[in-house]
Amino acid sequence: MLEIRNLQAKAGDRQILNGIDLTVSPGEVHAIMGPNGSGKSTLAGALAGRDGIEVTGGSATFKGQDLLELEPEERAREGLFLAFQYPVEIPGVNNAYLLKAALNEVRKHRGQPELDAMDFMTLVRKRMSLLEMDDALLNRPVNDGFSGGEKKRNEIFQLAVLEPTLAILDETDSGLDIDALKTVAGGVNAMRSPERSMVVVTHYQRLLHYIVPDFVHVLARGRIVKSGGKELALELEEKGYGWLDAEPARPAVASGVSLHETSTA
Amino acid sequence: MPQIAIGADSYAAQFATLKGTAPAAGPLGSLRDDAFRCFDRLGFPTTRLEEWRFTNIAPIVDTPFQAAGAAAGSGREVVDALRPPRSGGPELVFVNGRFAPELSDASGLPPGVRVRSLAATADAEAGGLDALAPYLGRLARFERHAFTALNTAFLADGAVIEVDGGVLVDRPIHLLFASSSDAAPVLSQPRVLVVAGASSELRVVESHAGAGDVPYLSNAVTEVSVAENAVVDHYTVVREAPAAFHVGSLAVRIGRAGNFSSHAITAGGAIVRHEAGVVLGGEGGECTLNGLYLANGRQLVDNQTTIDHAMPHCDSHELYKGILDGRSRAVFNGKIIVRLDAQKTDAKQSNKALLLSEDAQITTKPQLEIFADDVKCTHGATVGQLDADAMFYLRSRALSEAQARQLLIHAFAADLLGHIKVEAIRRQLDALLLERLPMNGNG
Repeated sequence: MLEIRNLQAKAGDRQILNGIDLTVSPGEVHAIMGPNGSGKSTLAGALAGRDGIEVTGGSATFKGQDLLELEPEERAREGLFLAFQYPVEIPGVNNAYLLKAALNEVRKHRGQPELDAMDFMTLVRKRMSLLEMDDALLNRPVNDGFSGGEKKRNEIFQLAVLEPTLAILDETDSGLDIDALKTVAGGVNAMRSPERSMVVVTHYQRLLHYIVPDFVHVLARGRIVKSGGKELALELEEKGYGWLDAEPARPAVASGVSLHETSTA
Repeated sequence: MPQIAIGADSYAAQFATLKGTAPAAGPLGSLRDDAFRCFDRLGFPTTRLEEWRFTNIAPIVDTPFQAAGAAAGSGREVVDALRPPRSGGPELVFVNGRFAPELSDASGLPPGVRVRSLAATADAEAGGLDALAPYLGRLARFERHAFTALNTAFLADGAVIEVDGGVLVDRPIHLLFASSSDAAPVLSQPRVLVVAGASSELRVVESHAGAGDVPYLSNAVTEVSVAENAVVDHYTVVREAPAAFHVGSLAVRIGRAGNFSSHAITAGGAIVRHEAGVVLGGEGGECTLNGLYLANGRQLVDNQTTIDHAMPHCDSHELYKGILDGRSRAVFNGKIIVRLDAQKTDAKQSNKALLLSEDAQITTKPQLEIFADDVKCTHGATVGQLDADAMFYLRSRALSEAQARQLLIHAFAADLLGHIKVEAIRRQLDALLLERLPMNGNG
């Protein structure tokens, strides 16, 4: 599904990613944890094709294609979805309108017919109930005036409608109260399937009580310094991130190989 | 200024010819004479005048425009191509400023509403213009305005809309001013007079459009009188031909508790200047001036607004938005006057411009003259580009760069579109905004 090899990237003038290796196979959920500034969001941005993030080395292939060669919209049409850490408010663009346009672009790319208004609404209503979303949000401008929780819910709602093959959740849990967190996690879990992979980027291990990952990776100083199963998240909860400063970064290649073996075992 | 002399001389000869062939006795004749004297004295404005500082009209001054004759103009095909979508209301068509009855349909009006051509009104009965005398040439003052003076000097035809007190006109009244030059550059001078009686209500749509590669000058003047407690919703859609020039003046007087709104959409033409001047002349009046200006290539769009709060307890809301691409330039000048007596005035003004290219330019200037001390006046201007974060967000949702741009451009104008109550105009605007896109980068 996704193969990242020795990925290096700059955000602005700063080198942030210093050789990331990660292999994600279909159906797997990977959590990427790390302290602020470790490069989590840069990694998510590099995978989605965000402007201002310059890949300086390494590779990323998505379903066998060179991901880094694709425009952001091509990545999206191929089935990559980024749930934003800070969803953008777009006054004047209707939420439902955007969603329908997005879905039909994806469907066109897959060779499926465009959905008419009725079929679209049927699908949307189903997905909205999944996220306990208020109908009114659908007809408001995209994220405009939404509360923090509503924005994050809207991201996962989009995920649920667009049905990507790879979802990257960038700190979807930040700023959510426990009820909203449960709802959002419920939405994500409902979308888990043997064909769909997820990369859950988070600062806090709390989310991983609700979205239980298959693998946990710890990111520090632009490298994955530790990988393991879900129990690694608990260890982090106990110890915090402070110990990372003492731990030397593992050689990037070695980490990649071991992950590769784990995930395909 | 030799430039001005050439222009003025040419129009002086034409004015003399007009007087010889179509002598107008009575008030109309003296109005024209007065107006021409003013035009002759003023000459065309230069960039040395503050109101024209950023709008160089040399191309207009240098072109020998010929005042359109009675028979001049285009046929049905040209007009049909320019015809904006209608909403079932009556439509009067004017070709180069002259009423074209065979292309018009003024049926279906409720009693108490008269929609006629100025020429017909003048001919209809002796003193047909008497009832209009307090308004015609009185709301749009020409003493200090060369273009209004020029229009008035050649005043021969136009649209007259009269609504009796208490009458509600439920369908919009459409006026189409189609202009085109055949061989020589034509001076087309549309003229509109709207007299809305007390507690009446109506909606007027003025479309200015043109065809052809030969430049023409459309010099339009619209006067609107909003009597006590009347409601007038006015639309101007300027889509002149690419080589054409358009100078338009909208002059409005609002009586006690009257409500007037203007939606000025300026899109086509090499140089487009639109002026809106509103006097809030009675207590409790309300005025909305909205504008959307679109420019591309080397177009110049200039919007000048003046809201004169002459009486207490009046509100004005003003929102102008511009979308500029290519090497286009725009000017916005918004003047608000609050007279000494106009206590409890609430005036809001905002101008926002979206620049789609590095070479597009906007000059924006709010001008507040406040003589009363218990008032609320706010103004603001913003100039920006398409939001990069929003672009990425939309593209990450599978929309192409072109789609994302289009959506954001449309979104920028969305609040203005929301205020447009004539469905046909809103649809036309949607299409106009979409047209913006393929032109991008070619300018």
